[in-house]
Amino acid sequence: MIDVQNITKRYGHHTAIDRVTFSVAKGEVLAFLGPNGAGKTTTMRILTCFMPATEGTVRVAGFDCADQPLEVKRHIGYLPETPPVYQELTVTEYLTFVGRLRGMGGRNLTSALDQSIGRLELGSVRHRLIGNLSRGYRQRVGLAQALLHDPPVLILDEPTIGLDPKQIIEIRELIKSLAGSHSVILSTHILPEATAVCQRVVIISGGRIVAEDSPEQLSARLRQSEKISVTLKNPSADCNAKLREIPGVLNIFPGEQAGMFLIECTLGRDIRDEIARVVVSHHWGLLELRTISMTLEDVFLRLTRHEDGLTQPPATAHKGAPASQETTP
Amino acid sequence: MTPVQAIIAKELRGYFVSPIVYVVGAVFLLIFGFLSYLYIVFAGAQAIQLMQMQGGPASINLNDLVFRNLFASMRFVLLIILPILTMRLFAEERKLRTFEFLMTSPIGIHEIVLGKFVSILLIYLGLLGITGLVPTVLMLFSEFDWNPVLTGYLGMALLGALFLAVGLFASALTENQIVAAFVGFGILLTFWLISGLGALLGDTTAGHIISYVSFMEHYDRLVRGLIDTSDLVYFGSGLLLMLFLTHRVVESTRWK
Repeated sequence: MIDVQNITKRYGHHTAIDRVTFSVAKGEVLAFLGPNGAGKTTTMRILTCFMPATEGTVRVAGFDCADQPLEVKRHIGYLPETPPVYQELTVTEYLTFVGRLRGMGGRNLTSALDQSIGRLELGSVRHRLIGNLSRGYRQRVGLAQALLHDPPVLILDEPTIGLDPKQIIEIRELIKSLAGSHSVILSTHILPEATAVCQRVVIISGGRIVAEDSPEQLSARLRQSEKISVTLKNPSADCNAKLREIPGVLNIFPGEQAGMFLIECTLGRDIRDEIARVVVSHHWGLLELRTISMTLEDVFLRLTRHEDGLTQPPATAHKGAPASQETTP
Repeated sequence: MTPVQAIIAKELRGYFVSPIVYVVGAVFLLIFGFLSYLYIVFAGAQAIQLMQMQGGPASINLNDLVFRNLFASMRFVLLIILPILTMRLFAEERKLRTFEFLMTSPIGIHEIVLGKFVSILLIYLGLLGITGLVPTVLMLFSEFDWNPVLTGYLGMALLGALFLAVGLFASALTENQIVAAFVGFGILLTFWLISGLGALLGDTTAGHIISYVSFMEHYDRLVRGLIDTSDLVYFGSGLLLMLFLTHRVVESTRWK
């Protein structure tokens, strides 16, 4: 449905995105993850034909963005970062305007209007001026705008920003319900959102795609070591050295509180019993012992900090570890 | 409803809920009314003077004394007022980030430019229509030739349309409305002042070209009651050129 081949966007000497290639199948929901300034919005603007790519080709629903921009635009519903609403119009007036720009009219438009107002639960505010609505409502009006013509492709730039937790869940459910019949690309900062909603994740950093896979696959692929968290009641001064003697231990970092250690060990080797024995034999007082699984958040941090994170030896990426220790393997 | 009509309807709605049309419209009508009053009183004073000199009823030419002066003065008023009316058209869209929405809607840029231009032109023509009360009321009390008045109105309509197109162009250049208004004044004032340069150069080729480029002599001929094809061509082509340039500027924002 969406086929992006080697797109590059340069602003003068600055390269915003660099040879980005990915595709989205029909009915697939794809998350676009990346830190601020990674090129997410630029990529979305190119996909929606708002701006042309310096190099590369983009095809949406079988149409080329450079040659048939109007056809591409007709097949896309787009929610930009800031909801594109006119404050002086009421919700109904605004959506009517949007529908007319898309060539809808008559009964067709009325039913589309009712449907998208119903879907986003805007019924109670449909005759109010958008300028008087809260940020969450405006965001939903923006989403209603993108969904109005029931497009096969939806491009949503941070769709849940500014919503309260209940609304976030509702919108995620809505996006999930669109999967199958619509191809959706959504950009987000919120990692659980990507895990909850998307089948596939593209991580972009510094204008380049650094990883692309399902959330589960990504964490599995990146897991080169396992981490175990140990909390001791009375650790001695040499406990760090003693723990390091256990076979399989790669690294030890202090945890966030006193007596807590994060032990990194080789993959596929469960050394929790070894650790327990050492701790007990030295009478350090074992309070807690658990493995830490790698979340998408760890994957994200690792990939966006080290662009070649897939090949580099793992620096600690556990978010609980103090920042000063994170770069000292 | 076509997309262009939808844009016109939306813009008209936007203008009428914002105070700008009411404020600018009120000032425009106030100035028009006040200037009419001044010139009519002045004409009355002249008539009384003539009557005293001739000792009988004097006929005065209202076309010369009132309407020509009035239309000539309105040039400057339009120059000040119209860029304020147009300043929001593109600048506001860019400021409020709705510009991206318009540009990703399945409509051509020419439709956006045309819709916006027609909407503000309709408002301006509406205001101009209201000023028609002045000659209509004057007709009840006095006699004058309607033809130069109508050509004067045609001149005001064409000059206003050209100014609005310049204002629209200025609005497309920036996302700051104040800057848009001042760029509009700047362009219009330049075209006003070069007519002085044209007069200075006199009967030379450069002088003719510069005088032709300025809107002054074209407007003046219409106000004097002359409809010359070259003047209509001047306004028509100027208008199209400005709309074309606006289209190019809007298009170019995609590349930035």
